[in-house]
Amino acid sequence: MNKQLMSGNSAIGEAAIQAGCKFYFGYPITPQNELPEYMSARLPEEKGAAFLQAESEVGAINMVIGASSVGARVMTSSSSPGISLKQEGISYLAGQELPAVIINVVRGGPGLGSIYSAQSDYFQSTRGGGHGDYRTIVLAPASVQELADMTALAFDLADTYRTPVIVSADGVLGQMMEPVRIPSKKGRKKITKDYALTGAKGRPSKAIHSFRMDPKDQEDHNWKLMRKYKRIEQREVRYETFLLDDAEMAVVAYGTAARIARGAINRLRKENLKVGLIRPKTLWPFPAEIIRETAQQLHDFFVFEMSAGQMIDDVKLSLDGSGTIHFYGRPGGVIPSPVELYRIISRHYYQSQRKRGK
Amino acid sequence: MKGSVTINQELCKGCAFCMTFCPRHALSLSKKLNRKGYTVAAFDEQKGCTGCATCAQLCPEIAIEVYRDE
Amino acid sequence: MKKIFERPASLHNAPFHYCPGCGHSIIHRLIAQVIDEMKLHEKTICALGVGCAVVAYNYFDVDLIESPHGRAAAVATGVKRARPGSVVFTYQGDGDLAAIGTAETFHAANRGELITVFFVNNAVYGMTGGQMAPTSLIGQKTTTSPAGRNQDTAGYPLKFSEVLAQLQGTSYLERVAVNSPANVRKAKKAIAKGFQHQLKKTGFSMVEILSPCPTNWRMGTIESCKWIDEVMTKEYPLGVIKEKKC
Repeated sequence: MNKQLMSGNSAIGEAAIQAGCKFYFGYPITPQNELPEYMSARLPEEKGAAFLQAESEVGAINMVIGASSVGARVMTSSSSPGISLKQEGISYLAGQELPAVIINVVRGGPGLGSIYSAQSDYFQSTRGGGHGDYRTIVLAPASVQELADMTALAFDLADTYRTPVIVSADGVLGQMMEPVRIPSKKGRKKITKDYALTGAKGRPSKAIHSFRMDPKDQEDHNWKLMRKYKRIEQREVRYETFLLDDAEMAVVAYGTAARIARGAINRLRKENLKVGLIRPKTLWPFPAEIIRETAQQLHDFFVFEMSAGQMIDDVKLSLDGSGTIHFYGRPGGVIPSPVELYRIISRHYYQSQRKRGK
Repeated sequence: MKGSVTINQELCKGCAFCMTFCPRHALSLSKKLNRKGYTVAAFDEQKGCTGCATCAQLCPEIAIEVYRDE
Repeated sequence: MKKIFERPASLHNAPFHYCPGCGHSIIHRLIAQVIDEMKLHEKTICALGVGCAVVAYNYFDVDLIESPHGRAAAVATGVKRARPGSVVFTYQGDGDLAAIGTAETFHAANRGELITVFFVNNAVYGMTGGQMAPTSLIGQKTTTSPAGRNQDTAGYPLKFSEVLAQLQGTSYLERVAVNSPANVRKAKKAIAKGFQHQLKKTGFSMVEILSPCPTNWRMGTIESCKWIDEVMTKEYPLGVIKEKKC
């Protein structure tokens, strides 16, 4: 497809359709309403596809379970309060080993919170979110192009590993308009789904269930899931670095926060402050390895999140005691400017340098 | 019309539906215990079973098979 | 002599775990018999609810997807929309359908989803040990209404079939019971009709089946069958509640 100017929410929709998503079940909630609206117009144009606005986010995630069980590529979306409602269904998808793509256009919380961008669903997304021993793959786009690319990737990962995948966007990304080339249908690998329910014709019947009466069976299943998550951790970590080679301080930030951080770092570099950026593109599996490697080169890590501090825990876990962690967070939907961030980072930078006697 | 039934006594749970609804009173609760400890139904072929299959239609455990002269 | 009654093909050859005199066992068999007789085995998919029948995949020999508690009608919607050529039924108890599943069931009915819902109503929560259900009768003693259900604090028995009859999307709603030979025959006919309406695409169909629960009613098996006739059907009358032309 050609490059076109699109809003983030629309780009997600078109990328999903080009990736073979035939079914979308959703519910209105700010700031992602453009996505169900886009799907309601586009899906009826595709053969064998259907759009349905469900009665709630609960209804929607359960319709996803149904469509996924028969082998379809299916997507739902919501924003933070609605994603909370979906946790039961996501837990079931993980336990049933069914693929699905869930778009979270994060807003401030807890509760009804604010309608503006935040990154305060990090814990919910990366620690399972619902009940039980499981993880979901979490992708963190930072541009409209990445929204499109990661939506397409989400379907492939979901089908490959038979697991739900969350694309963690935020209100700013959903609303912004940027040039984007939607990944094409052509050359996409078709992933067979021999577990799919099709009616017991010419074969024994199949039942898909996460319930196991015998706890030993449940334990076996839990370890099987854990082995799958280990494989994902080994193969699917994605991140990007910016001006890290000669850095003496590394900012760790993702999504919109990373874009603000880049702006701040450009200003810092003009004054010869050697600051670089590590941008996780997968929040789970978390890019712990690059952070550990970087700790051999520099001492100071500056975690910047649009929340009260959630990813910082994973940075601490990755560093395991080495290095010094600085933190700046803006929860609630307030978006700091690059200038604001540059001032705060430079203050921390100079304090660190003084401590080290430079 | 002559009929007959066989009861899988290991499936029977002694619920007594079959004997309650049998129009010929051909089924009754025996004193026999199966492996699960239920007192099981027993069939009396002297009672003139017609093979109406009411017992089987009401048996929750599908423990009864019904035969009939055609 | 010729064998004229045996286990239906669409049931796995597994003994039921249900209590003596439980209606589930009869209802499973009737559904399987209808699936066999209407030759639906190869295209049927079941969206299963949570209750005593949570392990019904051990019995129903059709493709089956487990649903979270209450959500079977939404899961069935996803199945049917994604695979419209399949015959989709849900199997749910009164807690699953009429308490936690109220919204999903109501809206699937309102949309006229081409699914058939089997609603097993035994006026109590069986699997969890006999708690009050939205369908429990006034004065009925349960483990969470030990003094008997009081309408002032716990509201009234919920007649969900009558509620759904108000919706234009519903095309066939019938209430039956499995407590006597005549009722079992009618129940089987209603189950077949539910599938017929789905095949003819008239709309959403539901069969509500009054089912004995001797264990949680604290009654004998025959007494439970009588209780359905003498008490339960006064609150939940049997018969066709709504039917569009098929």
